[in-house]
Amino acid sequence: MADFATLGDRLADFGVSRRAFLKYASWLGSLMAMTPAASRAMAAELAKARRQSVIWLSFQECTGCTEAITRSYGPTLEDLIFDFISLDYHHTLMAVSGEAIEHARKEAMAANKGKYIVAVDGAIPLKDGGIYSTSAGETNLAMLEETCKDAFAIISIGTCAAYGGIPKANPNPTGAVSVSDIIKDKPIINIPGCPPIPEAMTGTIAYLLAFGKVPELDHLGRPKAFFGDNIHDRCYRRPFYERGQFAKSFDDEGARAGWCLYEVGCKGPVTYNACATTKWNGGTSFPIQSGHGCLGCSEPDFWDKGGFYVPLSGSVGPTAKLIGGAAIAGAVAGVAAAAVARHRKSSLNKG
Amino acid sequence: MDLLDFARGPAINVAMAVLVFGVLWRLLAIVFLGKPVDRTVPRLGTPGPFMAGVREIARRMVPHPTFAFAERFAFFNGWVFHVGLAIVVFGFRPHILFVKNLTGLSWPALPSGVIYAVGAITALSLTAALIKRLTSPVQRFISTADDYVSWLVTMAPVVTGLAAVGHVGARYETLLAIHILSVAVLLIWLPFGKLFHAVLVFLSRATTGAFLARRGV
Repeated sequence: MADFATLGDRLADFGVSRRAFLKYASWLGSLMAMTPAASRAMAAELAKARRQSVIWLSFQECTGCTEAITRSYGPTLEDLIFDFISLDYHHTLMAVSGEAIEHARKEAMAANKGKYIVAVDGAIPLKDGGIYSTSAGETNLAMLEETCKDAFAIISIGTCAAYGGIPKANPNPTGAVSVSDIIKDKPIINIPGCPPIPEAMTGTIAYLLAFGKVPELDHLGRPKAFFGDNIHDRCYRRPFYERGQFAKSFDDEGARAGWCLYEVGCKGPVTYNACATTKWNGGTSFPIQSGHGCLGCSEPDFWDKGGFYVPLSGSVGPTAKLIGGAAIAGAVAGVAAAAVARHRKSSLNKG
Repeated sequence: MDLLDFARGPAINVAMAVLVFGVLWRLLAIVFLGKPVDRTVPRLGTPGPFMAGVREIARRMVPHPTFAFAERFAFFNGWVFHVGLAIVVFGFRPHILFVKNLTGLSWPALPSGVIYAVGAITALSLTAALIKRLTSPVQRFISTADDYVSWLVTMAPVVTGLAAVGHVGARYETLLAIHILSVAVLLIWLPFGKLFHAVLVFLSRATTGAFLARRGV
């Protein structure tokens, strides 16, 4: 990473006024539920920040997280912020390939020892020596351990990196695990989602740049600023839930009227994310607004929660078989108990 | 597997299996026990067993006039929490969906606000019932551990349900899991304690009614 001017100087070079920059910092600060004073501090610190080396590792993933972050509809300033991150390694976005990119990664690691941020998207397969996902002849596990050794912090981008995600879904054929299952001695920030909200990714990176520390996290390692509220509590369809008005299918009158999607399996009540507030595509919409229930994609093991279309209050598992078996056993036990009692009574009468 | 997964999966499934097993076991053991042959001649002019049974069920819905005043608290409070429980259990959409998910049966729900209000009234009513039990020397004397356990497993789902919808004390998913687990405990206890009256109440009253009617009582 070459030596560059501060972010504030570079923005000025790009013709971005201080007012516009403060507006952006205020927007980012409000997005992260920061106080006005903290927002101003963030603006001041961001302006002084220098390019931050970021090494982005892609493991068992679908590239959806990269697709999301590159389609950020945030202000143009946000794109400029990204200009100030030296993205030193990223399979999808780098022009070069082969030995050259591996050289770039190692060079960035050496030049920014202890200061660089590692962003990881994708789970890490461990089964059979981790052979199910390799890059440049290295397993994901080896590359992760090597790259994270001298990192300042790690950002697990997407549910796969944060919690194992879809690769870890039952039966987990590759033995996929999350970053935090492997790396134990570095600060790890989880930005889950399938994919995550772009502003949650960029906002967290901006926070790290501005304050040089990890933002406040919840018990699942997620920044509380973006994952502090559950979707149900912030959902614009919540009044329909309270009134008992539910869509019963995806094309009935209730669905067309925009009623609550709880009955068709929405997992909003147990899912913590900023979808209902920050939304997607520049605040245009989010899955529930588009007519589909929340899948709970920012929660661990969301793929194995018993079905996307089973209501949250419904039981999951082999309920019918279990109850059927219990009914037969109960009936047999009841009839047998009655028969034994009658027999004893009959014996007593005879005696 | 987190707590909610455990509650929605193994816990509630095993609880329902225990409920079905226990109810059928105890119910069929009684039904197939048979009743002794009654060699008496039925009194003339009395209704048949079915009508006598229905009449007895209706008659016992209210206390006998002799005891109406003395039993006014038990009567009114009993009705309040029984009706309250019925409304909360069968009127809340998530509860209906639980049944629908199992059986395919569904019916219209009440607004959530109504359920919250009824739930709060039910909790107060159950609390009053416990206070009465503890403060009445006679009731306390005849109470057994079964009464207190039955009260506790009935009260717990009401309180945890209210806490879940109000997000009181913990995150929603934790409260929901605790609520489902409390329901699981209720279902497991139901066939084996005094709560089994939920299944037997009409059967036993009808049987008593038919028996007494035959004697002209």
